[in-house]
Amino acid sequence: MLTLTEVEEIAGKPGDFRVKVTQKPRFIDPTKCTGCGDCVAVCPVVCKNEFDLGLDERRAIYRRYAQAVPGAFTIEKHGTSPCKATCPAHISVQGYLALVAQGKYHEALKLIKQENPLPAICGRVCHHPCETACMRGEVDEPVAIDAIKRFVADLDLNSETRYIPEIKQERDEKVAIIGSGPAGLTCAYYLAIEGYQVTVFEKLPVLGGMLSVGIPSYRLPRDIIEAEIEVIRDMGVQFQTSIDIGKDITIGELRERGYQAFFVAIGSHECKVLGIEGEDLEGVYPGVDYLREANLGNHVSLGDKVAVVGGGNVAMDTVRTALRLGSSKPFILYRRSLEEMPASEEEIEECKEEGIEIHFLTNPTRIIGENGRVKAIECVKMRLGEPDESGRRRPAPIPDSEFVMEVNAVVPAIGQESDWACLTDECACTLSDWNTMQVDPLTLQSSDPDIFAGGDAVYGPRTVIEAIAHGKQAAISIDRFIRGEDLIEGREKEWKAIEEVETEGYDRIPREQMPRLPAEKRSGNFKEVQLGFTEEKVRLEAQRCLSCGVCSECYQCVDACLAGAVIHEDQTVEREIEVGAIILAPGFKTFDPSSFDTYAYSQFPNVMTSIEFERLLSASGPTQGHLQRPSDEMAPKSIAFLQCVGSRDINRCDHSYCSSVCCTYAIKQAVVAKEHVHGDLDAAIFFMDMRTHGKEFERYYNRARDEHGVRFIRSRIHTVETHRQNGNLVLEYVLEDGTVRSESFDMVVLSVGIEPSDSALELANKLGIRVNEHSFCEHSSFEPVSTSRPGVFVCGTFQSPKDIPQSVVEANAAVGAAGNLLEPVAVEPPEVLEVPEQLESAVFLDPPRIGIFVCNCGINIGGVVRVPEVVEYASNLPFVVHCQENLFSCSQDAQGKLKEVIQEQRLNRVVVAACSPRTHEPLFKDTVHAAGVNKYLFEMANIRDQDSWVHQNAPEAATQKAKDLVRMAVAKAALLEPLNEQQYPITPEALVVGGGVAGMQAALTIAESGYPVHLVERTDRLGGQANHIHWTWKGEDVQEFRMNLEKEVRQHPLITLHLGVEVTYMSGFVGNFRSTLTRVGISQEAMTVDHGVVVLATGGAPYRPKEYLYGEHQRVFMWHELDDLILREHPVITEGNCGVFIQCVGSRNHERPYCSRMCCTHSLQTALRIKEVNHDMDIYVLYRDLRTHGLREDLYAEARSRGVIFIRHSLEDLPKVNVYEDGKLEVRVLDHVLQRPIILQPDFINLATAVVPTAAGDLARHLKVPLNQDGFFLEAHAKLRPLDFATDGVFVCGLAHYPKDIEESLTQAMGAAARAGSVLVKGIWVSSGLVSHIDSATCVGCQGCLNTCPYGAIDFLDEQQICQVNIALCKGCGSCAAACTSGSARLAGFARQQINAQIVASMRGI
Amino acid sequence: MADFEPKILAFLCNWCAYAGADLAGVSRLQYPPNVRAIRVMCSSSVSFENILKGFQMGTDGVFVGG
Repeated sequence: MLTLTEVEEIAGKPGDFRVKVTQKPRFIDPTKCTGCGDCVAVCPVVCKNEFDLGLDERRAIYRRYAQAVPGAFTIEKHGTSPCKATCPAHISVQGYLALVAQGKYHEALKLIKQENPLPAICGRVCHHPCETACMRGEVDEPVAIDAIKRFVADLDLNSETRYIPEIKQERDEKVAIIGSGPAGLTCAYYLAIEGYQVTVFEKLPVLGGMLSVGIPSYRLPRDIIEAEIEVIRDMGVQFQTSIDIGKDITIGELRERGYQAFFVAIGSHECKVLGIEGEDLEGVYPGVDYLREANLGNHVSLGDKVAVVGGGNVAMDTVRTALRLGSSKPFILYRRSLEEMPASEEEIEECKEEGIEIHFLTNPTRIIGENGRVKAIECVKMRLGEPDESGRRRPAPIPDSEFVMEVNAVVPAIGQESDWACLTDECACTLSDWNTMQVDPLTLQSSDPDIFAGGDAVYGPRTVIEAIAHGKQAAISIDRFIRGEDLIEGREKEWKAIEEVETEGYDRIPREQMPRLPAEKRSGNFKEVQLGFTEEKVRLEAQRCLSCGVCSECYQCVDACLAGAVIHEDQTVEREIEVGAIILAPGFKTFDPSSFDTYAYSQFPNVMTSIEFERLLSASGPTQGHLQRPSDEMAPKSIAFLQCVGSRDINRCDHSYCSSVCCTYAIKQAVVAKEHVHGDLDAAIFFMDMRTHGKEFERYYNRARDEHGVRFIRSRIHTVETHRQNGNLVLEYVLEDGTVRSESFDMVVLSVGIEPSDSALELANKLGIRVNEHSFCEHSSFEPVSTSRPGVFVCGTFQSPKDIPQSVVEANAAVGAAGNLLEPVAVEPPEVLEVPEQLESAVFLDPPRIGIFVCNCGINIGGVVRVPEVVEYASNLPFVVHCQENLFSCSQDAQGKLKEVIQEQRLNRVVVAACSPRTHEPLFKDTVHAAGVNKYLFEMANIRDQDSWVHQNAPEAATQKAKDLVRMAVAKAALLEPLNEQQYPITPEALVVGGGVAGMQAALTIAESGYPVHLVERTDRLGGQANHIHWTWKGEDVQEFRMNLEKEVRQHPLITLHLGVEVTYMSGFVGNFRSTLTRVGISQEAMTVDHGVVVLATGGAPYRPKEYLYGEHQRVFMWHELDDLILREHPVITEGNCGVFIQCVGSRNHERPYCSRMCCTHSLQTALRIKEVNHDMDIYVLYRDLRTHGLREDLYAEARSRGVIFIRHSLEDLPKVNVYEDGKLEVRVLDHVLQRPIILQPDFINLATAVVPTAAGDLARHLKVPLNQDGFFLEAHAKLRPLDFATDGVFVCGLAHYPKDIEESLTQAMGAAARAGSVLVKGIWVSSGLVSHIDSATCVGCQGCLNTCPYGAIDFLDEQQICQVNIALCKGCGSCAAACTSGSARLAGFARQQINAQIVASMRGI
Repeated sequence: MADFEPKILAFLCNWCAYAGADLAGVSRLQYPPNVRAIRVMCSSSVSFENILKGFQMGTDGVFVGG
């Protein structure tokens, strides 16, 4: 099964296609995922739940719905969020924001520290490119990411127990890090985690590099730096200050002392010179040196007027430090404009707040001295020219704009470089032209293999976060270098941010502002200016995140998943598949009514679509089936259902067709809603025509109206308005007679129609499949599942609008059609279990030796139930010789262990206390079997699905219940017995009963797949009802098709035709039927045939009416009689003035309360044919509900446009037909619009009479298959098994099932043939061991069991006067055992004693 | 009687009610823990004897789901 997969392209030909598909990543290994949902509990990303139509929420890690197949979870991850992709260290920013939004600060810190060990520092001084990339900026303002990080880090710094990562494994290798700036500290941190002995050498007397001596403490307090270093120290990293490598000790000497690798992160502490006259004067002080001295506490007096040259953060820090250290008027000279200024926005702003002047577009040209001291500075005004290689516009001096400013000092802060004195001769490293170390950009390895470098030493002065990123990469390289691994493998990753992010539909929420120390409180001190966020602010701010990538990559799921199933690195896979045939089943989408102002769907919350309402009614839906309306969660007292929204409408949408399913589903929803609120609900359905044309649907409609009190209002809706106060909805509608009404409802449900989905149309386009004018897949009535491309088949709603039964039938038909293109596959004969006699006796003779395995299911069981206590308890139960707990009992290694224990302990009974036997029993049974024990000697105790999951807050009671369930299982297990499975060869032949088009098509499809078929037809002619039909509703020639089909059937070598023959007796069971075929009327002429399967296509016929003068008046016709007249161009057609069609003759009445499904369509088709030859004839159609379902609605629209007049009547007020004395006909009917009686004098009347089934009672009895009240065959399940019976090997199609047109009959025939083929292909039929047996010694022959058995599996043996079970037919339900008064009937595996043992054990502990 | 907690014995059909009880678990619906379920292959196989046996063993109520 390829989920998350799209078809891209098909090449090749039928029987030999190559399909290119793309499979998107699931990010979960479905073979490992146990479906426990522990990951969901920790996922912080909340999304709309599409399955519930957005009525509730789900997490980014999710399962679409509880019963989804496969049951594995999925992560919705659209890509890397821009913040993470942009961050040089690629911190999972979205991840920690999501965690913070939930108050999971500790988890957030751990996540940050996976990439950045200095978050408190970064949270203060980072230039946060993540915020620049933040998509929230498109909505209003970027999220204040950095401030959130700072909060999380500060919280940890101030907590009693700091987060210190676990050291993986202590190692002996030593690593030297030169420089204790951010790069060095980071490298030390990650190497320490790997267990290395790390020493950091620092030239200065303080640690932190530029963090300590470059950044003033009002921006980055010293205790913060020290606190973050403290963590690294606690991890075992050694720090040595005031060690000048190259001078005090050399790298060569360190190598001798056992250091195996070096990370050179010396920063760039040397200030670049301005290169102008006067730079050697006293009073010129390099910015970096000034900051260093100031930060080390050495006071340097610059005087009052200080010119700081430069536009970066060093310039800003210098000028602000000077202000704080007593200079009254320090200012900035910057040669470009504000826009190009590299300093952070906040610093510039804070600078201005402090009254510091910035002279833009000003460049010093000369420093003027007096007595060797600075006196003034000469500057020139600049203007911006073309952009240079940095992208910034290049400044150029304006001629003659020089001016002089008096100053006390000049501080150049225009850039730094490194001091490379540490690289002594024994180092083979090389430097670049810019005096930086040359390293591999990915691994940071220098040309000397054991020397790595990073940070400013490599790139020149850059940012803290870039240094941190380098530090981590260097640590990875050094670790690999020491382990002798490849440095590059798997590290080349392109960080691409997701581009398509929804930014519409969000409210504008302003970004939280960072509180600052007032400017007046800053002067003369180094108090921190930025004060940090409160928790409340942080939570609100984090919630502004748009979750761009959906999954935030917070990796909480990775920790939560004990099965280790999460794969965040999962990739899209493209592959090519070879197939012989392709079946398209892309489904539909519901119509979106947002654009209909009449229904006000997008305006009022209490107007819902039917599909939303469906979820509301579902026990697994957003309200767990509690009916409540969206606006105020009140239980509604009245609901209106509005039909045909997005169907049968060309005014507001292009859907002229009928969606076919909405009438019935609306009735179902009305009835279910009434049941949910226990009858105290008024449900009203507003409709045009009630179209309940499906099998049993008309009865359902009648019951809804008569028994459930659902109101049906034939009307058109004018408007939906709302009461402002209570949210109720007022409907204005017009009745048939034009009366305008108004009524108030608590809720309105729009019965939305169905349309092909965009993706289905895209697929059709890709594959070159034609669609019709309604965008459904083009197909012919005679090849209903074939598309315009040979070898590609279609089924379901993409073919045309239809309900579930019809879709399932079509799916089978597509299988039948596709199957003929496929090469036969050798089917492995099923494994049959036979118990060696030796073992069997051993089990009976030996006392039970029971082994119990109690599963923790990760923490799914163990998190609630105290598993060790259950194990302890269970080991003391009788016959228990082994008891243990498992983490995951279903894992492969646990299966191996289970097998081992069974053999070692000589277990002869196994109990697994874990999940549900419905999902896992087959797996364990296989293992038990593989261990040499009969697989029926196995029992499960369901302590997860029915215990730990449903009593999550009651561990005590859940533990007790687990003990009880285990005790019950053990009690039963002790009484289990080994069971045998029976096998029966299947006769590889089919019998098809009925030679109409359905029977012929079924026979042909089976024969095409290679099995001989006996086709039995009672009359002497093939074709059945199709002999009388001329055209399909689409106008295709039925006779031509029938003749071709008949020819194919007659010529097929595998089909044996039995014409004029009927089946008089049939016996046997699946695979082994025997039928007696007798020539009709000649009972002596009989033969028997053996066959493995039966297809019943016994057909139906039109009801011959007694009403409306049929048979009495020669101008009253039915069905094909009129068609024949049209073909013969009879004068009544060509010259007649008036014709009347009366619908529902014999249908939808008390005698036959079903709709004959095709009569409306047929009448309109005939009316249109007449209009073609005699346009002037007045044609009246007297109907009750016009049921041109699906695309057949086109005929209705056409008939109206051609002037056919429709007059509706009711069952209570049927039309009356009389004859005048002159023999002319008269029809009287009440006009539904005028509400006046109308008299028509037609030239003819055509009666659309009911379709009735051919009597098939005898056949049904022989086969033990049921008929419904109307005499149609009753399938096993209307939706799930519409072609099968409860009795295996028997299938149904055509009119014998229900009235239907040729297209639907053919579909069903192909489907039934495919179902029959699925039995024949098996070759052998294996019955389960779990079947009933009747003890012949005690059976009294009362036949109570025989009457109870729903499968006809019990025979009464006349001779012995006892009952016997036919094991091949027995489904193991055990109803015979319950019915048996003498206790002779017994269901193996669920026998009376075994169940009683469970009952006795059940109540002991409660 | 106020704190009376009935003990319930349930017979659940493998194909519907038992599957429903599993689904309740998958959906994490919480319900009182004082019910003990016995899986049967069809509710029609539950005999009067089974039900009476339950009462004999002290159950306060029997639930047959099918």
